[in-house]
Amino acid sequence: MKVLVPVKRVIDYNVKARVKADGSGVDLANVKMSMNPFDEIAVEEAIRLKEKGAVEEIVAVSIGVKQAQETLRTALAMGADRAILVVAADDVHNDIEPLAVAKILAKIVEEEAPKMVILGKQAIDNDMNATGQMLAALLGWGQATFASEVVVEGEAAKVTREVDGGLQTIEVKLPAIVTTDLRLNEPRYASLPNIMKAKKKPLDEKTAADYGVDVSPRLEVVKTTEPEARQAGEMVPDVDTLIAKLKEKGVV
Amino acid sequence: MAVLLLGEVNNGELSVDATAKAVTAAKSLGDVTVLCAGASAAAAGEAAAKIDGVAKVLVAEDASLSHRLAEPTAALIVSLAGDYSHIVAPATTDAKNVMPRVAALLDVMVISDVSGVVDADTFERPIYAGNAIQTVKSKDSKKVITFRTSTFDAAGEGGSAAVETVGVSDAPSLSSWIEDKVAESDRPELTSAKIVVSGGRGVGSEEDFKVIEALADKLGAAVGASRAAVDSGFAPNDWQVGQTGKVVAPELYIAAGISGAIQHLAGMKDSKIIVAINKDKEAPIFQVADFGLVADLFDAVPELTSKL
Ligand SMILES: Cc1cc2nc3c(=O)[nH]c(=O)nc-3n(C[C@H](O)[C@H](O)[C@H](O)COP(=O)(O)OP(=O)(O)OC[C@H]3O[C@@H](n4cnc5c(N)ncnc54)[C@H](O)[C@@H]3O)c2cc1C
Ligand SMILES: Nc1ncnc2c1ncn2[C@@H]1O[C@H](COP(=O)(O)O)[C@@H](O)[C@H]1O
Repeated sequence: MKVLVPVKRVIDYNVKARVKADGSGVDLANVKMSMNPFDEIAVEEAIRLKEKGAVEEIVAVSIGVKQAQETLRTALAMGADRAILVVAADDVHNDIEPLAVAKILAKIVEEEAPKMVILGKQAIDNDMNATGQMLAALLGWGQATFASEVVVEGEAAKVTREVDGGLQTIEVKLPAIVTTDLRLNEPRYASLPNIMKAKKKPLDEKTAADYGVDVSPRLEVVKTTEPEARQAGEMVPDVDTLIAKLKEKGVV
Repeated sequence: MAVLLLGEVNNGELSVDATAKAVTAAKSLGDVTVLCAGASAAAAGEAAAKIDGVAKVLVAEDASLSHRLAEPTAALIVSLAGDYSHIVAPATTDAKNVMPRVAALLDVMVISDVSGVVDADTFERPIYAGNAIQTVKSKDSKKVITFRTSTFDAAGEGGSAAVETVGVSDAPSLSSWIEDKVAESDRPELTSAKIVVSGGRGVGSEEDFKVIEALADKLGAAVGASRAAVDSGFAPNDWQVGQTGKVVAPELYIAAGISGAIQHLAGMKDSKIIVAINKDKEAPIFQVADFGLVADLFDAVPELTSKL
């Protein structure tokens, strides 16, 4: 079967986001950008399914600015077979909403007919946790979100999910949507020879208009502000002092 | 304007805390109708009717709704959506699974993890691991929202809303439940506990996590963990606090052997009092702590447990 893996270019998880002084958003100019960590897990899972013989082809897709091709090259270097870049914005500060992303992905699914789409559970920039579920709705497919284990068994997948109370295992009919949680796997690093090989793998470039999808946002960003900063408190020399302080505050 | 609120129902039982916090968040948007769905949901419906500020309760019972599978739950909500301007839920894993599906079926955006209501169209939500707060105004005809429960107080009891049952239409079955692995615990729930004691990689092993648990039990607290502690197998996944785990804001949060990565801070920095115990005096966790103690946790935590 074929698997589609949407990968998003986001601020690197090690970088602390800075709010622009004019309140118009988060400053992304000259900031290190990387593949969304949950999407690395998604690419890795697709590769493992391929290595197990359950998958023949892995297609990576990214939607956003032209520079997202770097993210796609990373997916190709890890082991994806080919890539589709959908240019939908010309400014990195212009985030495409999950609903619009899901609509574009739905069109690509129509063309590519994958049996499974593996997405991250959450993009670490907008923290929406929505695209996979929205895509499942648009396609009328079943969904297995927050996966920590995926086993493909014939025309279904058995997926263990990380939920508030612990773990839940469900079976979802294929074709289906899977979204990844942190414990699904540990993504590999691309080796240098694979990075070189990835440069020759096919990367198709499209635009949102090619798919007839209107990407204008439904949520108008009124302003972006810094959260109230916490003041560092005091260092205490020992446990007795700590207990005295906590008693003073009335919390123990 | 009217609000449909998806009550948090697990195995027929209402999670009153999560639901009542969402009621507080939703009240200013209009009359609140709570939907309780499940294989059995009548008892949950009775419990929801008692929450202050609830105008009406809908109970939907059907075998297909057990275990809160996303597809039938979303189909049910969409079938009821016509009457409501806002469709909301507490931001639990169940609701995060269901609500974006509902939104896409209605062709609207979901607004996840809302931490503030400005007006009926305008909401605040944290982005970038809580390093920025975005205010967004929705242009959609209906708003589909999940509320970050840690920022709202639970509505009280004393209500007596009318309870109605609603029918469930047949939807094709796309997924089925196999099993739950849920650890039973006498401890308070992480997201509603007044005190949380969390351990990180510094705890070193699952066995040694007992040191953290002993302090928690002494304080009647819930136990939390960093991602590193969960990934290393010291603690179960549902203990993870952070950007991509649970968000907590207890009266007292004690972090032991946790460095204070932004992803962890995202889940606990709204706690009232933060205590950090770490042997590295440069650990970033001290920058958000009210009280910091530079010490080996294997000395300090047992000493705390015995002296409290
Ligand atoms: C996509 C993504 C999502 C993430 N989501 C989350 C999340 O939701 N929650 C989360 O927590 N993390 C999350 N992380 C991980 C986060 O970036 C950090 O890696 C993690 O929080 C580190 O955990 P830690 O502080 O326990 O470990 P470390 O950073 O290794 O810190 C261990 C600390 O223990 C101290 N220590 C060691 N031994 C002792 C001792 N005997 N006594 C006292 N102190 C000691 C050390 O000085 C050190 O400060 C996420 C990361 C990514 C990429
Ligand atoms: N612009 C995008 N391009 C490719 N994939 C995306 C994009 N936005 C979201 N996704 C996918 O959807 C997942 C969830 O994102 P979100 O719903 O925005 O939190 C991500 O982990 C990606 O797999």
